[in-house]
Amino acid sequence: MGWAWFHRFGSPPHLYRLAGTLTPWFAWPAAILIVGALYLGLFVAPPDYQQGDGFRIIYVHAPSAWLAVMIYAVMAIAAGVGLIWRMKVAHAVAVSCAGVGAWFTAVSLVTGMLWGKPMWGTYWVWDPRLTAQLVLLFLFLGYMGLRSGIEDLGRADRASAVLALVGVINLPIIRYSVEWWNSIHQAPSVMKMDQPSMPMEMLAPLLMMLLGFSLYFGAVLLVRVRAEILRRERSAAWIREVLS
Amino acid sequence: MSEGLHTQEVSRDTRLLPKCAAIVVRDLQLLVRRPGQMLQILGFFVVVTVLFPLGYSPELGKLRLIAPGVLWVGALLASLLALEGLFRDDAEDGTLEQWLLCGQPLAALLLAKTAVHWLLTGLPLTVLAPLLAVTLGVSIEAAPGILLALGLGTLALSLIGSIAAGLTLGLRRGGVLLSLLSLPLAVPVLIFGARATELVIQGDSPTAALYLLASLVVLAITLAPLAAAAAVRIGLE
Amino acid sequence: MPELSIENLHVYRGEQHVLRGLNAQVSAGQCLQITGENGAGKTTLLRVLCGLLPAESLQLTWRGRVCSPQDAEYHQGLSYLSHAAPLKADLTGWENLRFLLSLRGVWQAERVGALLERLGARRFADRPVRSLSAGQRRRLALVGLVASQSQLWLLDEPTTNLDSAGTRLVTELLSEHLERGGLAMVATHVSLDIAPSALQSLHLTSGDGARRVA
Repeated sequence: MGWAWFHRFGSPPHLYRLAGTLTPWFAWPAAILIVGALYLGLFVAPPDYQQGDGFRIIYVHAPSAWLAVMIYAVMAIAAGVGLIWRMKVAHAVAVSCAGVGAWFTAVSLVTGMLWGKPMWGTYWVWDPRLTAQLVLLFLFLGYMGLRSGIEDLGRADRASAVLALVGVINLPIIRYSVEWWNSIHQAPSVMKMDQPSMPMEMLAPLLMMLLGFSLYFGAVLLVRVRAEILRRERSAAWIREVLS
Repeated sequence: MSEGLHTQEVSRDTRLLPKCAAIVVRDLQLLVRRPGQMLQILGFFVVVTVLFPLGYSPELGKLRLIAPGVLWVGALLASLLALEGLFRDDAEDGTLEQWLLCGQPLAALLLAKTAVHWLLTGLPLTVLAPLLAVTLGVSIEAAPGILLALGLGTLALSLIGSIAAGLTLGLRRGGVLLSLLSLPLAVPVLIFGARATELVIQGDSPTAALYLLASLVVLAITLAPLAAAAAVRIGLE
Repeated sequence: MPELSIENLHVYRGEQHVLRGLNAQVSAGQCLQITGENGAGKTTLLRVLCGLLPAESLQLTWRGRVCSPQDAEYHQGLSYLSHAAPLKADLTGWENLRFLLSLRGVWQAERVGALLERLGARRFADRPVRSLSAGQRRRLALVGLVASQSQLWLLDEPTTNLDSAGTRLVTELLSEHLERGGLAMVATHVSLDIAPSALQSLHLTSGDGARRVA
């Protein structure tokens, strides 16, 4: 009885319709939050006393870096649900995460490099956050590479799910080891987001952006999940019903 | 002739350890028949290391600074090369299938298989490392520390790589994919291992880095065989 | 009361719905012969029953207990022989059998020696498998099968590469196995010379799944 919702959620047509209904509820707030946060961050927040206006790239860099990690976690959870309960739509969700996650990781790397140029005078410094982000990109690429190497869909689902779970266990270890490595070699680190001294006018747009990016991810994920379900169920009878 | 009785009455040795021992014995036999693969991997390690003085500088003082990185990257690449064949041969001739059907926990059998694989590739690489270190200007006094660091590190690499080896079973271009999957997972091993080696070469105590490396090995022994077993099951489908 | 009962077996291979709601029962002393054209799912069926391939749905009952095809206890009672003999080319036949049977915990040197003699494999058992013909390898695999003393045999084309004497030997071994209360599922088109009372058959057709013939 208590599991009825779980099985209902696992039915492709149900999830397909649910995702369609929910998409605007994510997309609109995301658009409003992102536009609002951009305005507050670029025009209202005061310039940093050390970095001037250069710091403003944090409003794209930090949320995308944070989201990249979160997407990997979501992907691993979905993959785990698919593997353990053999729920096919969970695999569809996991697959849909990978591309978005890799994209956010790439955005965080590029913005980090753009930020690095005025700060350090070079586009690349072995900053622990950037390094960990680079490894995360390889984890996403490995996931997608493995999937593309396997022809059978069921096998690709299960194999990539095992990889995602192994990766999610490794992720904190990788991050810890990179921080440890950095603390020894003392490379410069400017991107400390955990400074308690950040004033409210700077912090508020950052949090808004984070929420906006999360909702944007939600909306993109829903659209991609719908496409993935259509692709997987293309021979099923309910698809013809839905599309006619 | 009398063929004995049926399963219910058959005396069947259900202990796990003799099976693991059988795997170890068989892989040692296979190595004796075909030592080529192991020698190739050692040769690869030597060649990679020798490339650095040629490509960078023959000055021992300079080489000593990059010695930890050279040794570790060489050992890492050599381990990955060896891992490609970890399950492949057994999968191709159908013997690995029989491991799944023998009624023993697959994870334990794969742990035995990975352990003997380490014994035949990781350990020789480890033994070779202090000698190669000498060609990079490192004093032979650093040998015990280098042995310990590389011994632990290659063991962790074999265990982590066993997961990727299972996942890429039977795939075209499995070798490239194996590296792509394993390398990000191997980053902590590389960091802790290279740091321990660096400290040893400088004559400092590598204890902290070695502890971290050892804890990675413990974690890998606990979790990697389970993931590898799941991966091999999927790989054999 | 059938020892082995398969109900509602559905298997997909990629997009293809290969087995659609297959049901079968095998009792002690019975052999189920599986026939069907290429691609009808004979090998798939056997591999699913070993737990080597996942099934979409399957209710499996073995010795009166519902179990999964991946259960260790179920595996201890079954032997699967695929069309490739599971032998390492670099080891001798004897070493191969020793390993395979040790893995199952049933290695007995005298017994294996006697079986090698009976299957005419004694004289090449000490040679590396690499140098053996396909028929010789199959004889070694058959020694392994019988020496495993499993109650359930799942055989995929057991007579491949065997001469007529070898084929007769397979049916002989099969009959003895059944007489001792064993079960077998055999995918083959060779007519099996077994007591008709012990033989059932299952014809698989690609397209619309399985139909029981007799």
